[in-house]
This record gives sequence, C-alpha cells and structure tokens, in this order.
Amino acid sequence: MHEYPVTLEIVRIASETAREKHGRVRAIHLVVGEDSGFIGASIQMYFDIIAEGTPCAGATLTIRDVKPKMRCDKCGRLFERKRFSFTCPWCGGAGSPTEIGKEFYIDTVDLEVP
Amino acid sequence: MHMIKADVKMDIYSHNDHIAGHVREYLEQHGIYAVNVMGAPGTGKTTSLEQLMKHLPGKVYVIEGDIESDLDTERLRRQNVPAAQINTFGACHLDAPLVHNAVHAMDFPEPGILFIENVGNLVCPAELTIGENIKLLIVSVTDGSDKPYKYPLAFEKADVILLNKVDLLPYLDFDEDFFMKGLRHLNKTAPVFKVSGRTGEGYAEAAQWLAKAAASAAKQ
Repeated sequence: MHEYPVTLEIVRIASETAREKHGRVRAIHLVVGEDSGFIGASIQMYFDIIAEGTPCAGATLTIRDVKPKMRCDKCGRLFERKRFSFTCPWCGGAGSPTEIGKEFYIDTVDLEVP
Repeated sequence: MHMIKADVKMDIYSHNDHIAGHVREYLEQHGIYAVNVMGAPGTGKTTSLEQLMKHLPGKVYVIEGDIESDLDTERLRRQNVPAAQINTFGACHLDAPLVHNAVHAMDFPEPGILFIENVGNLVCPAELTIGENIKLLIVSVTDGSDKPYKYPLAFEKADVILLNKVDLLPYLDFDEDFFMKGLRHLNKTAPVFKVSGRTGEGYAEAAQWLAKAAASAAKQ
C-alpha cells in the first residue's frame, strides 16, 4: 500500500508534463534515496497498472538509487554507515545525517511530441 | 513526432507539502498548535496523550489516525476531548490531504493544541509533513534500545521524544546508553522525557515543554 499513492503522484506529475507539451510519456526517470522509504521494485509494480489509460501508458520507469551518507562531525568526510553504528570509518568520529539518500523526485521525463 | 527530454526535478511529495502548508495556515488562523504524534503500534500514543492532557493548561483537540476502527477516538470522547477519526483503510500513514479534510470538518472554538495521532508505525509517518508545527515521537523501553539504529528517520525528524514505559526498566535489558548514543547521532537537540503511561511519571515536564513551545509559536 505504501508505494501505491506515490505511484499515483508520479503518474499525475508526468501526465501533466506531457499534457503541457501535447505529447506522450515514453520514460520517467526517478531518483530514489534508500532512506526515502520507497522501494523501486514496488513502484514499478504499481506503475504499469496505474499508468493505463493515462499519457504514461506504455512508458518505462527508470530508477536511480542513492545510497545514504552521513557526515563525520570530526573530519567532515561523508561515509555509508554500517549496521548498528553511526561511527566514521576514517577517524572514529560521530556521524550526523545528511540529505544524501533521502531523495525522492522525478528527474526528467522523455516525451514524444508532435 | 520527435522525442524531447523534460527537466522536471519535482519532488514527489510537493503536492502533499503544498496541502500541508494550507493545513498549517488554517490551523494558525484558529490559534492551533499542531503536534504530529508518531510511534509504533502499542507504544502508548493514546495513553500518552491522555496523560499529557492532565497537565496542559489550554484546550486540547485530537485527530486519531488508524487503519481501521475508532476505538481511540471513542475513548477520548468519553473523556470529553474533542476528537475526530481518520481511517486510512490500509495506508500506513496519514498524509496532508487526509488531515486537510479532517481539520476542516472540526470545530476549533478556542485556541489550543491539536494532537494528530499518526497510524502506529515507526517508518512512514516520518517521511511526510501533514501541517504540523512539531513531530512528537513516542518510543517505549519495551520496543528495544536498538530502535534509533533500525528506524533512523523517525528519530532524526522528531522535535521532542517521550521514552515511555520506564516503570518496566527493572524487568528489561533495555540499554539506555546504546539507545541515547544512537539517538544523539541522529538528533542532537530534541529533548527526551522519560515517562510512564501507567504511573503518569514524567508527563508534567513534557507537558510543560509542549505548552511553552505552543506559546512561543503563538507569539511569532
């Protein structure tokens, strides 16, 4: 259920983009951070069903995954955290969350236009 | 026919965030300070609201978010708390359009605090704004001390945290240092209040913090 409403939203945004240009959607390119809470495969599953009868029907969906990164408070380097740890692997400092890995947006849409 | 690439760069939450902005504006016009209450099922969200209300000086309103049933809403109404129910029928969190409809169906005859109890879930509610001023996270010692490590976003996004069921600490292996260490990596500022829904301890301090935060928002 979690991915269903967001897939509706993806189809809505892409369809609106297509209507503005009087075209059809051929591909939607998504960027999905692993900390966004969404699973690309689930979005894909809903997409074909929801896209039917819209300007997105038959379009392909590509998903670029982004690995979450923390920033070390001590040395400032970015790193991927290990399970049950927020410690910097370079200097042992404390890591703080960043926005890297929380992305969830439509990057570009390929349109077929007259 | 030819192909073009449209540069969209649009956040998929933008529609939700836009409506959340309207909710916030509407509530501010009515002098309402909104608290998005997050926590796992059974962690003591409704019980904590009941305890907080005993200590809050002003008017309190509640929106209950549940997949099904209105048990919590009825429980609050029996205590004369103005409460509304949102049933999501399968969806694992509240979103701004649902809350928008609920707040417009409610009466706010006087300023106060509106608690919006999200669906019991430690994952998805943290991802969306619903028009709240702050996010209140409730987590219990019975949930386990590893929760900040397993569900980092909820801890990162929280503005205030209640650590509930502390009366059970003598019977559990809850590692408070490990819990706090993980929590502070993710969130350096949110105050943590140790509470017990059963005994009522700790809620007076938490309510005092909330009342102060609401009063300071009202002045702005």
